[in-house]
Amino acid sequence: MAKAKADKPVNNGVNVEALFGAQEALKNAPEAAKFKWRATVKWIKGTHSRTSIQSFYGLGAEQKHKAKYDFDADHPEVFAAEDNAATPVEIVLAGLASCLTAGVAAVAQARKVQLRSVSATLEAGMDVRGILGMDEDIRNGFDGIKVTYKIDADASPEDIKAIVAQSQKRSAVYDIITNPTNVTVEVS
Amino acid sequence: MRTTAVIIGAGQAGLAMSWWLAARSIDHVVLERGEVANTWRTERWPSLTLLTPNWQSRLPGFGYEGDDPDSFRTLPETIAFLERYARLVSPPLKTHCRVTSVRRTGDGYEVATAQGTWQCKAVVLATGGFNIAQPPKLSEAVPSGIAQLTPVQYRNPESLQRGGVLVVGAAATGAQLADEIQRSGRPVTLAVGEHVRATRTYRGKDMQWWMDATGLNDERYDEVENLTRARSLPSFQLAGYPDRRNIDLNALTSLGVKLVGRLAGIRDGKAQLSGSLRNVCELADLKLNRLLNRIDEWAAENGVRGDPPHRPEPTRVEASPPLGLDFDRAGIRTIVWATGFRPDYSWLDVPVLDRKGNIRHDGGVVTEAPGLYLLGLTFLRRRKSTLIDGVGDDARDLSAHLAAQLGARSVDAAAAN
Repeated sequence: MAKAKADKPVNNGVNVEALFGAQEALKNAPEAAKFKWRATVKWIKGTHSRTSIQSFYGLGAEQKHKAKYDFDADHPEVFAAEDNAATPVEIVLAGLASCLTAGVAAVAQARKVQLRSVSATLEAGMDVRGILGMDEDIRNGFDGIKVTYKIDADASPEDIKAIVAQSQKRSAVYDIITNPTNVTVEVS
Repeated sequence: MRTTAVIIGAGQAGLAMSWWLAARSIDHVVLERGEVANTWRTERWPSLTLLTPNWQSRLPGFGYEGDDPDSFRTLPETIAFLERYARLVSPPLKTHCRVTSVRRTGDGYEVATAQGTWQCKAVVLATGGFNIAQPPKLSEAVPSGIAQLTPVQYRNPESLQRGGVLVVGAAATGAQLADEIQRSGRPVTLAVGEHVRATRTYRGKDMQWWMDATGLNDERYDEVENLTRARSLPSFQLAGYPDRRNIDLNALTSLGVKLVGRLAGIRDGKAQLSGSLRNVCELADLKLNRLLNRIDEWAAENGVRGDPPHRPEPTRVEASPPLGLDFDRAGIRTIVWATGFRPDYSWLDVPVLDRKGNIRHDGGVVTEAPGLYLLGLTFLRRRKSTLIDGVGDDARDLSAHLAAQLGARSVDAAAAN
């Protein structure tokens, strides 16, 4: 376990006390822990679409982000598209990258480890014969994801590894990607 | 019938509590649904061995006197050991006396059994935390042709059908069963979630020797960093076999056991497996190394000489573990659910259960129901609470609390007169 340096307060910009406070509060109010995350999407043209995110539900009430956030997605030119934006699968990688990195900051803060820099590269393999319907044995999605972190922090290499491992354990997007989820798609 | 305290259960916990209540001259009775050591007798598989060496089953008034302190008791030896302890304690024992209800009365409790009803001031639940082995809900989706059993129903590999076996869960039970089933020639696939890796010996001494000597086993429930987590942690991947072999994932892989990710779902007759295998193995390796670091630091500080530190190699995980398992194609004929146990409080008519069916308590003292006590649960008061070796200290503490409470009440009663 990393030891705190008494002379230097650790600050990774994560309010861990608030998170621990939330844990305590939700122990007695499990209903407030139930969140709903939402997105709306509009087709623009071809493979180009725009997803907007603003409202969500949680702590027993409707909530709102400070602003509406838009995420364009498209396909690259090698797929005979206009490449107006990143592909949806790349946005999935962005979700995983952000989730794990937020987790690294939070776990490091909880363990009193000062981070100086954190970066990661992600690479996911895919055989596109799956999405082209050419071979039923090939899945549509990734055949694997490789994440490589580079972290500079006041901690031993082993403690840094433990922070990254714990971040995966507590990550929502890691769970969404590694475990099955029921998906219901309807047309109204 | 009237008595001061009723102890429910005559396993190691109930017997240790009876010893302490007798030492404190507190009138009591021990009610047992079957015989002494009933769970050991009737609800565990025959090849089970204790995970702790012989020297480490110290009970109140009862230490190890044999000439083989470092071996591990077999199941029949464990039952005989508890029978010997019962003869020493010679508790006021009613066997074949199943409790059907416990409810509060004016100033105490009423304990109903088929052999009559007791009125008492205090009740000690020494019925254990490992009563019901419950498969997860997703087991309902298992195709009908596949046999399913829990560790309570399991006897030995030979009683399983020929063919592949999926063992779900890699704590002590799952790892032990994977080891013996694979050795019987039935190919085992082991579904691995979060687990706690251990090594039987380290630096020439038994892991439990280190846990005892370093004081880790004595770590208290009100000192540990995250008690909820400490209480829900899976057990060490350990077995107590004469050859002291490890049953960690590398040992199982070497036998030919196939490791797969946590069982995440069953759809269309196929298992869906989590892609988290690499991370749960990394977490377990890191955790084991932190434990071994603590042991090395303690050994250095205390001048304890052992063999040079030799760290176990990292858990071997194949490059792309499978994410699905087609039971038919993989030849799986049996699933063993080693997914943990939970206590049975179906007979307890006192409203002290939390949402998960566990009793709310403070180190075994059920504060919402004065006079009600718990004993023999994981990390009840100490890390060793779950061991035979740990139940004595807990019984001493709780019997002192019980005695103080009775004393306080009689003082109140005297003042009222």
